[in-house]
Amino acid sequence: MAQAQDHHQAVAGAPHVEGQQHPIGIYFKIWGLLFVLSAFSYAVDYFHVQGYLRWTLILIFMVAKAGLIVAVFMHMMWERLAIVYAILTPPVLVLIFVAMMTFESDYTFLTRGLFFAIGE
Amino acid sequence: MAQATAAHTGATADRPDGLEGFVSDWGSDQRAFKGVPWGKAMMWIFLLSDTFIFTCFLLSYMTVRMSTTVPWPNPSEIFALSFGGEPIPLILIAIMTFILISSSGTMAMAVKFGYERNRKVSAILMLVTAMFGAMFVGMQAFEWSKLILEEGVRPWGNPFGAAQFGSSFFMITGFHGFHVSVGVIFLLITARKVWRGDFDSAKRGFFTSRKGNYEAVEIMGLYWHFVDLVWVFIFAVFYLW
Repeated sequence: MAQAQDHHQAVAGAPHVEGQQHPIGIYFKIWGLLFVLSAFSYAVDYFHVQGYLRWTLILIFMVAKAGLIVAVFMHMMWERLAIVYAILTPPVLVLIFVAMMTFESDYTFLTRGLFFAIGE
Repeated sequence: MAQATAAHTGATADRPDGLEGFVSDWGSDQRAFKGVPWGKAMMWIFLLSDTFIFTCFLLSYMTVRMSTTVPWPNPSEIFALSFGGEPIPLILIAIMTFILISSSGTMAMAVKFGYERNRKVSAILMLVTAMFGAMFVGMQAFEWSKLILEEGVRPWGNPFGAAQFGSSFFMITGFHGFHVSVGVIFLLITARKVWRGDFDSAKRGFFTSRKGNYEAVEIMGLYWHFVDLVWVFIFAVFYLW
């Protein structure tokens, strides 16, 4: 936030400058970083990493990419907390939904297994 | 910034930052989103609702995949592509991912140049973004035709395994591809407006009859980055699972 304020002051002399303005370098850096992270997640599949390691890596790269896009490309890191919390808290609550559906599908899998094993 | 936006977006310079600012903004008995133009706030709220739509798709997919007793088709092999030699696993999807990320990069810069009133560069960057988007949709069309015509994948069944694979795939990637296509159309419209200088001459919009400004480019950017964001999740949970 402090950096953003400094930068806004730096460009305040330009005519009619408003909204989110940031040096172009940060976009190139994030672009490069997203390329590297995507290459990593592709490599996870290419080199057949399996099991818990696969899931850990995939989820880390996914969250890192999503975070970079929201924070920098969508300018969330420069917004005030009022809108950051209003927009980002609800999707986090979706994790509860994910947990519920995990239990539900495990239960369905179990009953299907029982049904096919015992027959009717 | 503070001076330029004080008139129409709510002053932010004299307000506290951090958690204290969060409480005081929400408790201000006025607009809660200080320093955020209303169009941008509305786009964020639309994107939030769109997040829930894609959440429902991806969660349904997760549920059918975890609960089926039939083996799930291996995406790594199904989406492999051969360039004359051995098939390379998932290569088409990887290329599509890189294309979409590149389009996000050019879009972010288009927003910056728009705010700087560098109309030509901003419009050209938006056209490049639209071109990347069209390439993405084209590759998706290629992938769909290959799956439908050559492999015989249908929403109700496929030769590889669990029948739910087809319905999940067509629903999720179809809805995402639709978002990309709509984005390309709006990118072309916004690029034309920027190129013509509609936002400098305060020309009224054809549809809304309202005067636009360069916030429209940032709002367009939010939508486009969201499309990229959704692809990050689809790539991870549909193709890499």
